Amino acid sequence: MAEIIQDEGGHKKGKRRAKKHSTHIDMTPMVDLACLLLTFFMLTTAFSKPKAMEIVLPDKVKDEKPDPKNESKIPKYRAVTIMIDENDKVYYYTGLMEKEPYPEIVETDFSKDGLRKFLLGRNKKLYKQIDSLNTAVLKSKKAISPDTVVKMKRKLRKEDKAGPIVLIKATEKAKYKNMVDVIDEMAICEIPIYAIVDMTPQEKKMLEAKKKGTSTTKQ
Amino acid sequence: MSKIKMTVRTPRIDMTPMVDLFMLLLTFFMLTTTFRPSEAVQVDTPNSISEKTAPDKNVITIFISKDNKVFFNVDEGTDTSQHIRRQVLKSISEHFRIPFTEEQVAKFEKLASFGMPVKNIPAWIDAEQKQRDEMQVGMPYDSVDNQLALWVLFARNANPNAEAAIKGDAEADYKVVKRVLDILQDYKINKFNLTTNLEKVEVKLEN
Repeated sequence: MAEIIQDEGGHKKGKRRAKKHSTHIDMTPMVDLACLLLTFFMLTTAFSKPKAMEIVLPDKVKDEKPDPKNESKIPKYRAVTIMIDENDKVYYYTGLMEKEPYPEIVETDFSKDGLRKFLLGRNKKLYKQIDSLNTAVLKSKKAISPDTVVKMKRKLRKEDKAGPIVLIKATEKAKYKNMVDVIDEMAICEIPIYAIVDMTPQEKKMLEAKKKGTSTTKQ
Repeated sequence: MSKIKMTVRTPRIDMTPMVDLFMLLLTFFMLTTTFRPSEAVQVDTPNSISEKTAPDKNVITIFISKDNKVFFNVDEGTDTSQHIRRQVLKSISEHFRIPFTEEQVAKFEKLASFGMPVKNIPAWIDAEQKQRDEMQVGMPYDSVDNQLALWVLFARNANPNAEAAIKGDAEADYKVVKRVLDILQDYKINKFNLTTNLEKVEVKLEN
């Protein structure tokens, strides 16, 4: 190619015999390639979006002076504690572990009939309200903006006074997956209030005892 | 009685408009696609029902691998003119008194996640692509030598809008995740995005 151009440059006023070619170019291969690349880029843009679960933790308090008024704000009948242990084991108990008689620790699992059944049972009222709201939104002919739905749900959550307040505690050997699973259960069961906290020594003791198979309800 | 005979035309279609359109779309998609940068470690994220898409701009990502190693990444923000990675590396270089050449800084801007003690960073930048993976030994994050905290601090200073994302492997230990959350909370980051895979569940309420 380059040589030909050079040659033409040399004989500037030589014979310039333009051949009459038809201006049609077969574009099929180009179109094929363009189509292929287009499909590739379209698919890669659409499918490479990972999802994320958002959690918000409370501010860390530097000076640890428990406020006497603030203490034990959770009503006993609403408190539920979930404890995550190694090998996908999960335990829960209701109430608070403050004084004797201590509540009994129950072993459960991550299946549909395990933790979820229990939590749904505790959160039946709110779950039903949110569920009926969801179906109402789906069935209604008028379009309801997502913002309004979010606001309505928030209102329902705020008004709910009977649902459980869940404390999530994990032992040193627990896996990250289990933590995500438990937080996910909160989202599934529409539980509005939950917190990730550390285990107390008493709970550790109770859990050890439970694992050994002895009931420590009445020590 | 010769009738007018229809001339048989070759079935040639003018493809020019189609090609024009294709090229336009192709250019658009090529320019908008951002390829996922090669990550320091293969992370198998846990499943959740969350349908929120993970943020891909203005984000400090912390990877936690299966064997509990921690890796760090900070992106360039909404556009590369902010040079966030450059600022972070500059702060690190001043803090640890490790000089970086201009070439190394430019290279670092284009790289992605990393996890290694700071003193190995220059060697990592200069290394070939294949050797780089072997150098990813995990970021020190214990209280004696908490380099992760420094990276988080400098990244926050360079980009105050940055959100925190944690991309942990399903098999990672809770203990490590807790420690990482603690470090982030020390720098007043209280909102986290835990990267997960979408998984649908059906819920039945028994009456």
